[in-house]
Amino acid sequence: MEEINALMGGFAVALTWQNVMYMFIGTILGVLIGTLPGLGGANGVAILLPLTFSMEPTSAIIMLSCIYWGALFGGAITSILFNIPGEPWSVATTFDGYPMAQKGDPGTALTTAFTSSFVGAFVAVLMITFLAPMVAKFALKFGPAEFFAVQLLTFCSFVGMSKEPPFKTIAAMMIGFALAAVGMDTITGQLRLTFGEEELMRGFDFLIAVIGLFGLGEILLTMEEGLAFKGTEAKIDAKVVFQTWAKLPAYWATFIRGSLIGCWMGVTPGGATPASFMSYGIAKKFAKNPAGFGKGEMEGIIAPETAAHAAGTSALLPMLTLGIPGSPTAAVLLGGLLIWGLQPGPLLFVEKADFVWGLIASMYLGNIAGLIVVLTTVPYFAAILKIPFSIIAPVILVICAIGSYTVGNAMFDVYLMIVFGIIGYVFKKLSYPLAPMVLALVLGDTAEGAFRQALLTSQGDLSVFWANGLVGGITALALIMLFSPLFSKVWSLAKGNKAAA
Amino acid sequence: MQDNHNNEGGAISQKSAEIVTAIIITLFGAVVMWDSNRIGAGWGSDGPESGSFPFYVGLMIVISGIVTAINAFRADGKELGDFVEHDQLRLVMAVLIPSIVYVAFIGFIGIYVASAIFIIAFMMWQGKFGVLKSVSVAIPVNVFLFFMFEVWFTIPLPKGPLEAMFGY
Repeated sequence: MEEINALMGGFAVALTWQNVMYMFIGTILGVLIGTLPGLGGANGVAILLPLTFSMEPTSAIIMLSCIYWGALFGGAITSILFNIPGEPWSVATTFDGYPMAQKGDPGTALTTAFTSSFVGAFVAVLMITFLAPMVAKFALKFGPAEFFAVQLLTFCSFVGMSKEPPFKTIAAMMIGFALAAVGMDTITGQLRLTFGEEELMRGFDFLIAVIGLFGLGEILLTMEEGLAFKGTEAKIDAKVVFQTWAKLPAYWATFIRGSLIGCWMGVTPGGATPASFMSYGIAKKFAKNPAGFGKGEMEGIIAPETAAHAAGTSALLPMLTLGIPGSPTAAVLLGGLLIWGLQPGPLLFVEKADFVWGLIASMYLGNIAGLIVVLTTVPYFAAILKIPFSIIAPVILVICAIGSYTVGNAMFDVYLMIVFGIIGYVFKKLSYPLAPMVLALVLGDTAEGAFRQALLTSQGDLSVFWANGLVGGITALALIMLFSPLFSKVWSLAKGNKAAA
Repeated sequence: MQDNHNNEGGAISQKSAEIVTAIIITLFGAVVMWDSNRIGAGWGSDGPESGSFPFYVGLMIVISGIVTAINAFRADGKELGDFVEHDQLRLVMAVLIPSIVYVAFIGFIGIYVASAIFIIAFMMWQGKFGVLKSVSVAIPVNVFLFFMFEVWFTIPLPKGPLEAMFGY
C-alpha cells in the first residue's frame, strides 16, 4: 500500500494552516466564478493564475484546483435556482433541479446536488489515487511516437464524442493548432506565421484565448438573451440538510452508476457533458418512477451531478500522468504547472512526488471544504445573481481586460482578447466547439514536438506510429474514434434501408 | 427564444453566417499553408522542416472549411432559421462597441480610469442607473483593484496621468 503512505505524506503537505486557508479562499472564489455569467471555471482560473505567481507552487496549485472544485459546485446553484446552466455539464441538472426548486424545495434540491457532486468527485479522487501512479509508471515507457499517439487519441476522441458536426470540430481544433504554431519554432528557431509583425513573435498565449472565448464571448451571448434573471430564493438550513441526507442513501445505486460513468467518461476529453446526460438517461431507465423525471425527482439531480463531477475530477488523471488535460479548465491548470516549471507527465510522479501527492491530498480536502462552503453560503451567492446584469457585465469585462493584460504585460493581449471574444460568440452560435480549440492551442507545441521527434528517429517513415503493439494499438483506437461518426452514420443508413425494405 | 419572433426587425440568416464563417476559415487555412510553404514544409537535413506540421494543419483547416461551406450551401435556409435578429444584434453591439472603445482608451488614460468610466457609462446607458449610483459602484471597484494589483500583489498595470499625480 505504497499509495496510502504517499497519500499520508501528501496530507502532511496540504494540511498546513496556510494551505487550508488557500483552500477555502479558492473554493469561495470558485463558487463565485461558477455562479457569475461570463466567468466559468476555465477563464476564472486563467484570470487568477498571474496572481499566484508570487506564491509557493504547491499552495498556488492547491488554491487554483480549489477554484476548479468551487466552480463545479457553483454551476449547480444557477441551474437549480435560475434554470441557467453555468456550464454545459449542468444542463442535465436543470431538468429536475429547477422544477424541484419551483415546487418550494430549493434547499432539498441544492443539498442533493452538492452532496451528489461531492460523492462523484470523491469516487474520482479515489480512482486517481490508485490509478494515477500505475498509469504514470506505465507511461514512463513511452517514447515520442507513443506520446504523439496518445495526443492523437485525445483529439480524435473529440471528433468522435462531440455532438457538433465532425468537420466543425476538426476546423476548430486545427485553428487551435495553427495558432499554437505562431511565433518562434522551438526546435529550429525559425519564425512562423508572424508576417513580420513583432507582436506576433511571442505567439498566442492560450490564457488570452480562454479569457476571450469564455469571458467576453459568454457575456455577448448572455446579453443577447436579455438581461433579467428570474429565480427562486435560496433557503437552506441545517434541518433541510440533515433531512435530505437521511433520504439520500436509498439512492445508492444511482450514486454508484453515476460515479462509474463519470470516471470512465471523464478520462477521455470533453467527457463531463455526455457523462451527465448518459447518467441521467440510465437513471431514468432504472428508476422505479420514471414518469416523475423532469418534474423534480431527487434521482434526476443525483444522477447527472454525480457523473459530471466524477468526470470533471477524473479529467485531472490524464493531465497529471500524461500531460494531456481532459477539459479546458484542466488545460489552464496544466498551463499553471508549466509556468512553475512542473512538466506534467509520468516523470512528475518520480521527480516531484511531494507535489503530486500534496495535490491529490488537496483534492480530498478541497472537496470537503467545497461542500462546507456551498452548504453554508448558498443564500449569499444566490443574492449575487440578483445584482442587475448591467452592473455585473462591465465589472466582469474589466476583470477580463486586467486578466489578459497580466498574462504577458502587453496591451496587444488585451486587443487579442476582444478578437477571441468575437470568435467565441460566432463559434458558439454556429456550434463550432471551443474546448478542442483551446486544448489544441495548449498542446500544439508538445504534440508537434513529439511528432517531429518520432519522425526524426524513423527518418521520416510514418510507420513509426504503428511500429509496435503499444503505439499501434493507441493509433488504431484513435482512428476508430475519429471515424466513429462515419460508422454510426453508415449504421443508421443501413438500418433505415432495412426498415424501408 | 429566437423562433418566437417573426423577423420583424430583420435578421442575419443562419445559412449566410455559416457560409461566411466557413469561407473565412478556409481563407485562414490557406494563409497558414502559404506561409508554411514559404519557410519550407518538406524534409530538411535535420528532420521535418519548420513549416511541415503547420502546413498539414492548414490543409486540414481548408478541407474542413470547404466541407462545412458546402454543407451550409446545401442546407435548407428556412430550416436553419436566424443567426441573430437585429434586436439581439443591437444588444450585442451595445456591449461589444463600448468594450472596444474601453480597451482602446486603456493605453492613454490608464486601466483604472478607463475602467471607471466604462462601468459608469455602461450602467447609465444600459442599466438606466443614476449618476450617483453608477459612480458609487465604479469608484470603489477601481480603488479596490488599484490596491489589489499595485499595492498588495505589486503587479503593475497600465497607468495614466491620474495615477502619475499620486506618484505612481
